[in-house]
Amino acid sequence: MLTEFGNVFIFFLLGVVFVAGGLLVAKLLRPHNPTPEKQLPYECGEDPIGAPWIKFNVRFYVVALIFILFDVELVVMFPWAVAYQGLGWAAYIAGAIFIVVLFLADFYLWGKGDLEWVRPQPNVPKLSDLIDRAPLRPAPQKPKTEPVPVEE
Amino acid sequence: MEALLQDLLGENLLTTIVYCSLPLVFILVYALLAILGEVKISAWMQDRLGPMRTGPWGIIQPLADVLKLLQKEDTTPGTANKPLYNLAAFLPFMASYATFAVLPFSSEYVGADLNLGAFYLIAVSSIAVVGIIMAGWSSNNKYSLYGAVRSAAQIISYEVPAAMAVLIIVLFVGSLNLSDITVAQEGGFWNWFVFGGPKGEVTLADGGVISASWANIVYFPLFGATFLIYYVAGLAETNRTPFDIPEAESELVSGYHTEYSGMKFAMFFMAEYANMFVVSAVAVILFFGGWQSPYGTTIGDLAGIRWLGAVEEFGWFTVKGLFFVFVMIWLRWTLPRLRVDQLMHVCWKVLIPATFAIALVVGALVLVV
Repeated sequence: MLTEFGNVFIFFLLGVVFVAGGLLVAKLLRPHNPTPEKQLPYECGEDPIGAPWIKFNVRFYVVALIFILFDVELVVMFPWAVAYQGLGWAAYIAGAIFIVVLFLADFYLWGKGDLEWVRPQPNVPKLSDLIDRAPLRPAPQKPKTEPVPVEE
Repeated sequence: MEALLQDLLGENLLTTIVYCSLPLVFILVYALLAILGEVKISAWMQDRLGPMRTGPWGIIQPLADVLKLLQKEDTTPGTANKPLYNLAAFLPFMASYATFAVLPFSSEYVGADLNLGAFYLIAVSSIAVVGIIMAGWSSNNKYSLYGAVRSAAQIISYEVPAAMAVLIIVLFVGSLNLSDITVAQEGGFWNWFVFGGPKGEVTLADGGVISASWANIVYFPLFGATFLIYYVAGLAETNRTPFDIPEAESELVSGYHTEYSGMKFAMFFMAEYANMFVVSAVAVILFFGGWQSPYGTTIGDLAGIRWLGAVEEFGWFTVKGLFFVFVMIWLRWTLPRLRVDQLMHVCWKVLIPATFAIALVVGALVLVV
């Protein structure tokens, strides 16, 4: 029989075969009559303007970089966790130093502002401003019409 | 289970393939149930009836959905990068099916009983990100690209607290094998990790012994918090509400799969539902005793009927897993969507420092208690 990782390979293959089978059955059943309108990128019915490869927030790259650092460190932590109980306090101190360094890295990023995203600043009108700007009761105005002089 | 199949089919490759395709049957049945559940539960929570026309109380609605998706025309944007666009439909489902390999459904069924189980799970579940980025970039659509980038940032960020939560349990058990982690919680619900882990001595499959006593109750708040962290991170990894900004339908249409229709869309959808179950199942394995019954034994074991015990174990695993899927659906209709700055705040400033602190405390306690 196959090894356990052989079974894992079969699982991967079955995942691919299932998707391929589903798509094949659909291909046999479904209609196929593309028109230029159908083939436009979907933007809620409008013709798309400009290239789709737009600029996006540079912070996504920063997050990716931070993630790689933390993930690599996690990979190191797993063997440590498995062997931990046989190694005693020496392992604890080694692991603790490692985790504290990770802590410091997280706080450093935090302090540097790399984890801050631009917060939306909604312009919510405040009641007090409204009251200042537009008094609830209009000030009494002088009557516009001049009093008609009485001819004597 | 494998022995039974070998009796039926003989000892050849076909047996292995049948053995490995059993979770596929499970996913298909589960996906139909989950789609119906999503529609009906959301309807009941909003005081509606939900679908009522197809079959009695609309119970064959998911089958009708599948038939509809099979016949839908596959509209591809003319400017899309075709090879990548088609390839992207394969990856998410392949990745989530591969994670089913290590889930111990019962003491008699594990697709592949890897010593590296928990580690493999974390590694393989992130292949889906590649598919998402591919789908978003190759669709040649602004919404798709935005959705893909947001989704990738979110999934990789929340992978760190999720992996740390797994690591905390591994620290206690000393094994990455998910069957071992399940066996460590045998003997009743008070031995589950969410309630502080085993309270008596446990012998693992490889002969390792976890010596434990009622002093382990000190782990209760720590592992309880770890469970909450894992579940929150899991929600974010499956792009479920309240972490669904990648698919925020009111601003991005439907995120990275905006341009996918018909069966290709169905594959993304299946992958999402399969992932929901994987996250719930891993939460169950790590914290709620996996296939262990809450009263520590099964009717099959008491009566000495081996197959009945295995079926009961599978039942417990499924019921617990589906309960957490239900909680995910419940949360969707309860909580509003987070903003991107709140999302990063929760992950990097709350969950990750919290998991580091818990790991340090658990590490010390493992040596002391």
